[in-house]
Amino acid sequence: MDWEYFCELFLGGLTRGSIYALVALGYTMVYGIIQLINFAHGEIYMIGAFTALIVTSVLTLLGLNQIAIIVLASIVAVIYSSAYGFTIEKMAYKPLRHAPRLSALISAIGMSLFLQNYVLLAQTSDFLPFPSLIPDFKVVEPFAHIIGSTEMAILITTIVVMILLTFLIKFTKIGKAMRATAQDRDMAMLAGVDVNRIISITFILGSATAAIGGILIASHIGQINFYVGFIVGIKAFVAAVLGGIGSIPGAVLGSLVLGWTESFFTGYVSSDYEDVFAFLFLVFILIFRPTGILGRSETQQV
Amino acid sequence: MFLTFPIMVIRVNTIEKVVEWRWGNLLIVGVGVFVLSFVWRYLIRKKEAGTQKTEAGEIHRVPLAQQISKKPRIYIPAFILIAGFAIAFPFAFSMYQTNIMITALIYVMIGLGLNIVVGLAGLLDLGYVAFYAVGAYTYALLNHHFGLGFWTVLPVGAAVGFLFGILLGFPVLRLRGDYLAIVTLGFGEIIRLILENWNEFSFGPSGIANIPRPGFFGIQLSLQNATMYMYFLMIGLALFTIFVVNRLQNSRIGRAWIALREDEIACQAMGIDKTKTKLTAFALGATWAGMGGVIFAAKTTFINPASFTIWESIIILCVVVLGGMGSIIGVILGALILILLPEYLRAFSEYRMCLFGAMLVIMMVFRPGGIISNVRRTYEFKGLEAHSRQE
Repeated sequence: MDWEYFCELFLGGLTRGSIYALVALGYTMVYGIIQLINFAHGEIYMIGAFTALIVTSVLTLLGLNQIAIIVLASIVAVIYSSAYGFTIEKMAYKPLRHAPRLSALISAIGMSLFLQNYVLLAQTSDFLPFPSLIPDFKVVEPFAHIIGSTEMAILITTIVVMILLTFLIKFTKIGKAMRATAQDRDMAMLAGVDVNRIISITFILGSATAAIGGILIASHIGQINFYVGFIVGIKAFVAAVLGGIGSIPGAVLGSLVLGWTESFFTGYVSSDYEDVFAFLFLVFILIFRPTGILGRSETQQV
Repeated sequence: MFLTFPIMVIRVNTIEKVVEWRWGNLLIVGVGVFVLSFVWRYLIRKKEAGTQKTEAGEIHRVPLAQQISKKPRIYIPAFILIAGFAIAFPFAFSMYQTNIMITALIYVMIGLGLNIVVGLAGLLDLGYVAFYAVGAYTYALLNHHFGLGFWTVLPVGAAVGFLFGILLGFPVLRLRGDYLAIVTLGFGEIIRLILENWNEFSFGPSGIANIPRPGFFGIQLSLQNATMYMYFLMIGLALFTIFVVNRLQNSRIGRAWIALREDEIACQAMGIDKTKTKLTAFALGATWAGMGGVIFAAKTTFINPASFTIWESIIILCVVVLGGMGSIIGVILGALILILLPEYLRAFSEYRMCLFGAMLVIMMVFRPGGIISNVRRTYEFKGLEAHSRQE
């Protein structure tokens, strides 16, 4: 009995963690390349979820079958979020590339605030019901009562995305250019890398994974509103920092750790202070190990 | 890239279709974005031209504020005019207007407090509202449990703010820039969530009501008079704040803050105690926020955790950024504009936060110095030359 409860919490943590991981990837990639915390990232995630919702409801009216809806909604949401990510970078960050860090950060906060309220105005502030996109399928019997089909889908999608992303970064030309840019932007430029394009690509990739995360979590929880991006964004950031910001395996590891700790904390201690706990976690990590679990300590640039 | 820009923006904004199709909105957004993109491109081009000029050393602009403050013929009458207006204000306008003005003045005060932290010391503090909440709850709880009055609690609130500033300051001293912003944000949220969840302590989301207004030597005041009294009190406190911050800015520690903002490592090399300097900045900023909180509680007579969300911090940050980081007049102007404008443009009030966000981005992109860009120039080596050339 107790063991089962533990398993449930463990899997819950795993699910949470993998969604955080999808969002945290964006933070970590962007930070790795331009050393900026993209505050608007959580909002991109939210926009992805909203787009998916809108597309789904339109398609449902048109009467397509469910598989087509899922595929189309995901594709459209990913494209839209990527376009957002791209535009945000062009508007809010690119002009500030050589400005002080404080300016870029304030600009990012402004962007986040703008997007949030823009969605609030365009949609409503209510929680909108989100249809469960993932069809029910039977899980093998001994696990059936602790893991649902949605959780399964989330886990599988996350793993697939991770593998694709690792492949992209390790073995393709773009990935190589990205790594080069992350190490030294000027040198990469000298070596013939179009740095601006790489930064755009990074933003697009990060936004796409965030959108996937958005769709998954929205269909998992079953409702969204304009504010969901903020909290998840912060938590994903915590995860990214926990794993060592700038490192992709670190982001995944950090997300899983955060997901599990949160899940066990809620399960065994109290659910009221869940968010407080996440924030405290963040504060402690930043104070005692700002480089994270897998992070390297940066040398001070003078 | 410039050519694809408007297309990009238009496509991005077409999200606004729910199941009810709102093509009208789409059209408005399309037209708006088209016009905006022209403005945007014009501004970008202007900015680029500007940077080219400054790089070539063609122009040496002296900020408007400094030009004015150089000429006593302009600024003395202006000062008298403003002072006269400030005194006549509650008599000339309705109570509603006065109330708005009080709010604006509170923002002037805490804006100046945040200005110490962000503008002078260059530490981005996103949890500033936490200190504000601390001040407000100090007054509310002390009053609720012990019946202490406004004047007793005002210094206590300031002291508690100071304490919390040090409390937060100590652990986060090693961090800077982005990490600092995130930690302070987290701290702000922690305070808010605790206030919301710890029912026995803070009465939870329902808040605390019936907080008395500040007393005037024990005389019972009517609502009208109380508002007026509050207004003058705020004028006095704002003046006090301006005075103190101004003195601080030109003092040894103020210079240390600015040095810290400009270059932390060079500053350490010059023998400034980084820890102490940062800590004082944090603590002093928090002190003003604590006082502001006490006044806020006294003004609204009711507080609950919903007044102290992260967005409140961002509005205060907007005040500082819009006005011009590090400039006192700028912050005052920023507070007045940001708080008064939405009140008078009621029709647009739902777009307020949206505009705030857009404004932060636009300010950072085009005028990172704010409306009144300040001080920085005079401390530069070249600035001295320009100064003497002008004389």
